Amino acid sequence: MSSYLTRRILYAFPILIGVNFITFVLFFVVNSPDDMARVHLGNRYVTEDSISNWKSERGYDKPLFIALNSTGKKVFTETIFFDKTVRLFTFDFGQSDSGRDISYDISERMWPSLFISLPVLCLGLLFTLSLALLIAFFRGTYIDSSAVILCVSMMSISGLFYIIGGQYLLSKLLQIVPISGFDDGIASIKFLILPILIGVIGGLGHGTRWYRTIFLEEIHRDYVRTARAKGLSEKGVLYQHVLRNALIPIVTGVVALLPSLFLGSLITEAFFGIPGLGSYTIDAIQSQDFAIVRAMVFLGSVLYILGLILTDVAYTLVDPRIRL
Amino acid sequence: MELVILKTDALFFILIASLLAYIFYASKKEHLARPWRSVLKKPMAASALTILAFYLTVAILDSIHFHPEIEGTSSDTPVYSSQVVSLLDEVLKPINKNTETTYSAPFAIYSYSKESQESDTGQIIRDYPRLIHAGSHLSGISEVRSDLIMRSLSALGYWIFAMAILCLILISLRVVKLKLMVADWLNLSTFFRPSPAQAAVITFAAVCLSISLVATVGPYYHILGTDKVGNDVLFQGIKGIRTGLLIGTLTTLIMLPFAVVLGVAAGYFRGWVDDAIQYLYTTLSSIPGVLLIAAAALMLEVFMTNNAGDFESVTARADLRFLCLCLILGVTAWTGLCRYLRAETLKLKESNYIEASRAFGVLSWSTISQHVLPNLMHIVMISIVLDFSGLVLAEAALTYIDIGVDPSMESWGNMINGARLELAREPVVWWSLFTAFLFMFVLVLAANVFGDSVRDAFDPRIRELD
Repeated sequence: MSSYLTRRILYAFPILIGVNFITFVLFFVVNSPDDMARVHLGNRYVTEDSISNWKSERGYDKPLFIALNSTGKKVFTETIFFDKTVRLFTFDFGQSDSGRDISYDISERMWPSLFISLPVLCLGLLFTLSLALLIAFFRGTYIDSSAVILCVSMMSISGLFYIIGGQYLLSKLLQIVPISGFDDGIASIKFLILPILIGVIGGLGHGTRWYRTIFLEEIHRDYVRTARAKGLSEKGVLYQHVLRNALIPIVTGVVALLPSLFLGSLITEAFFGIPGLGSYTIDAIQSQDFAIVRAMVFLGSVLYILGLILTDVAYTLVDPRIRL
Repeated sequence: MELVILKTDALFFILIASLLAYIFYASKKEHLARPWRSVLKKPMAASALTILAFYLTVAILDSIHFHPEIEGTSSDTPVYSSQVVSLLDEVLKPINKNTETTYSAPFAIYSYSKESQESDTGQIIRDYPRLIHAGSHLSGISEVRSDLIMRSLSALGYWIFAMAILCLILISLRVVKLKLMVADWLNLSTFFRPSPAQAAVITFAAVCLSISLVATVGPYYHILGTDKVGNDVLFQGIKGIRTGLLIGTLTTLIMLPFAVVLGVAAGYFRGWVDDAIQYLYTTLSSIPGVLLIAAAALMLEVFMTNNAGDFESVTARADLRFLCLCLILGVTAWTGLCRYLRAETLKLKESNYIEASRAFGVLSWSTISQHVLPNLMHIVMISIVLDFSGLVLAEAALTYIDIGVDPSMESWGNMINGARLELAREPVVWWSLFTAFLFMFVLVLAANVFGDSVRDAFDPRIRELD
């Protein structure tokens, strides 16, 4: 187990370097550090001096990938790429190009994202699992087939319409909760209800159908037939055997999602004006703040890889047959 | 007229040609034709396929672009407008040309907002002005209802006439037999359980009825209202079909070669090839997809501003942006399929027939094309149809955060984007959202239903369960 984990963590390094390389290429293939300086300083009255000042303050005055005028190891180390990548690996995100501390911003904005994505995940799981189990109980009847049609129809509606419809119905017509915005502490609840509700409803169709398939796959197994042959009631079969065994793929699937919960959802946060990490990233992209984009891409990849490792660990925990 | 072939048009026609080639090829091979027949054994799938075929026809009409000829010029050689229009624009001209000044509700004959206008007596009054193109043949609002009913009835008449002609043609060509047909349709016990052919016919008839309604009512009213600058919303919805369909299909066309070549190579050759390819797709899939798309969109934006002179028209510019969106969506989408194909190839390589082929000294290339690829086709097929609906939905979401298609391009995402703030108006402007919702929902639902059926027919695991 420990050797497996070490290997996986060591394997993450080249991947993260690759991720950073792609970010660099995407950003600098059309942009030069000079262009970035001009965007941030404002296009008017920019002198060569102020551009080079801006670049040296933020460490953009070195060559991008290869320093041709240096010798030895310095050909690779005296570059923007090396400098910024090493800093990212120590989780020193530094300052954004507009001068704010990125680590502080991330730690502040992480919470609103988490306040939405965590309840959405938990409530969503609760509802979809119970609905799927109910449908599995009625499998092969009209209830089953019409529920599947309903699920497919719900899946076919764009998430945008759930958001727009929810905002219109609850906020404008019924005026129960505010349309968008955010507040600190306990007052934020009234802003959170709508995004959470819409998140749960939006995922209902896909989730229910997916778990139904998993349940039905388990129901056709031999051990279920044995349990029935022993005279167990349908309820007993479903709760004691099917649900427990179906939990293996479900739990491992959910574990893979856990780390990325921090990043929040871009669309939801943009629609509801929630100051989370999703809207942070969108803002950074629109204002061409490379430091933030780089930090967020890096963080996203780290969390993704963490999710993969956690999935493997979760497999060994829930399914004793699997050893790493 | 002077034909213009945009980049996406060319790719779309290549795609259709390969689709036709595949259909021709599959109809000759029993092992391919059999699962397809079982796809169409489900009434829902048959009806979904009819709807998809209708969308496809519209998209094809909308992909034939040309510069229209300007009439009434004195020179002998024809003069072409710099504007790019499609065949669909010409077909829908009666709806397309009817622009108003601002919003108007569906079937309204008065504008949405009041304007200052001169009355007969010369006074300036503020009132709702009459629309220029909707109901201009009527004297007042009281006549709207009876006029609509009359026109709908005539649409129904045309429809019945067309259906009867179609039946006669089919019977005279001996495709169907009259006696059997009547017996089938009058059999009440199967009334709620139509056969696949009946489901397809019912769907086709319904589509024809809506076309007939649009054709008779559309030129005289705005069936789904007009948008902020007075354009017909129904027309925009129909134009969005091409964008939606192309984003779902072109993305697949672009990513498929990468996924197949790399996935098979990694699974078949193992060693450093496998390591390199695994590294590549793990790296790409660990970057959050939206960020990759956003970064690419930003890059393209800068590129277009720097090379603004290279584009001869707004359409060409929007087209390139659209193609790049497909490209980058393809880059984010191929990793999943590549991983599946690699795993499946690993499994196949252990099988006896591959081993035998290698023992006989057959070249790797021939082994792959003869034995590996045909056994992977079901995975490719399933992934194409299942990815399609997700991509159509992704377009709308991405366009909303400004990293999707060009604002000048007609797409459902742009319609939603432009209309979502208008729900705050009083009375509510709901028709743009409704239209985008309707067209998108029908396409995605049909794609989902059809995709499920394809998966059920091609997935060997499910086939064993039956």
